[in-house]
Amino acid sequence: MSAVPAESERALRAWQVLQGVPDPEVPAVSVCDLGIVREVADHGDTLEVVLTPTYSGCPATEAIERDVLGAIDDAGLGPAKVTLRRAPAWTTDWISAEGRRKLLDYGIAPPGAVAPAQDAVVRVIGRRADAVACPRCASLFTERLSAFGATACKALYRCTSCREPFEHFKPI
Amino acid sequence: MQSASIELKLTPATQYLLRIGDTCLILGQRLGEWCGHAPALEEDIAMANIALDLIGQARALLTHAGTLEGAGHDEDQLAFLRNERDYFNLTLVELPRGDFAAGVLRNTMVATWLKLLWQRLAADSQDAEVRAIAAKALKEARYHQQHSADWVVRLGDGTAESRRRMDAALAELWRFAPEMFDTDAADEAAAQQGLGPLWSSLEAPWRAEMQDVLEAATLKAPAASAFRSDGKRGRHSEHMGFILADMQYLQRAFPGGVW
Repeated sequence: MSAVPAESERALRAWQVLQGVPDPEVPAVSVCDLGIVREVADHGDTLEVVLTPTYSGCPATEAIERDVLGAIDDAGLGPAKVTLRRAPAWTTDWISAEGRRKLLDYGIAPPGAVAPAQDAVVRVIGRRADAVACPRCASLFTERLSAFGATACKALYRCTSCREPFEHFKPI
Repeated sequence: MQSASIELKLTPATQYLLRIGDTCLILGQRLGEWCGHAPALEEDIAMANIALDLIGQARALLTHAGTLEGAGHDEDQLAFLRNERDYFNLTLVELPRGDFAAGVLRNTMVATWLKLLWQRLAADSQDAEVRAIAAKALKEARYHQQHSADWVVRLGDGTAESRRRMDAALAELWRFAPEMFDTDAADEAAAQQGLGPLWSSLEAPWRAEMQDVLEAATLKAPAASAFRSDGKRGRHSEHMGFILADMQYLQRAFPGGVW
């Protein structure tokens, strides 16, 4: 895709700048930590940043595009353009180890590895989510309060040991 | 007087995609009506989140349908400036929102159908953009299906009152299912081109999964009837005009309005 090798000084500096661009809905982590930034290609005149959106309806997608372009411009690395790439689909497995640590520090239980899909039958009886550790006291005695949360990517949990509610980043 | 509506240049491929995209769009709009009205805050959030995913899926499909149509129509024009007969959603999703039992049953019926459809599109479509949209949407539909099916079981196998309401929801909604599976020329052309599966091929797995849910809920599917709905060919129920009036008001009153 890139006419000039992706490892150009400008592309490397852009990666560094993007490490500092927070996700608008989970500002504890950067767009790089979340694995949304897939590629930075230096085409000589323009810098192309390839993003993969998290959820189909994530309202932050447009804000992220704007923030990414703004940060690149502010660092004097423009002009830049953003390309959205849908395939392969974003998965929480792309969240970096650093990103997972930041989520935990922020009070959000990071996602576990994505389990192979159970497609054959709807497991309506006895379905139990894998135990999610409380981000505050690490107890595994937790329960899900709500399958959906304040943003598309999270569910709401409660720790029955320390009694604190917390958010869980859903593995998808 | 010149009409503000756009004219579609319809091909079997665009109709096939609009049938799916419009189903997502109209159900997303209907689920938005639950905001502030669900029986518990958690379910209010669930309905709105499912709606958000559906609207996102609709945006991607309408955008792609517009590209294939080649008349320069973008997602907003397709969403807001068509006439009623040019919407091709399943009739099921345009019905009024009903009570919570009807809401979770409809969500289960549609999410099960969409999940099966996204699976086939993600695996087999010859159109790379359709494969990409489907791979993402599949993960979302799976979550919607599980959440909604849990509620069908909980209410069906619940109190006398919740049971009565689930029975009533089944009696009202089940007869709209055949529209998900009947095959016509647009469907056959799309299958021939490798765009997506014949919808008739989704019927057996859909009935099997729904049967598992209903059995766990101790509910029984109503007997088949001769009733047929036809929203996917643009022939809608009397409820469609009202939901379009809600959706389209702003773009009709302030053409091209943005914020």
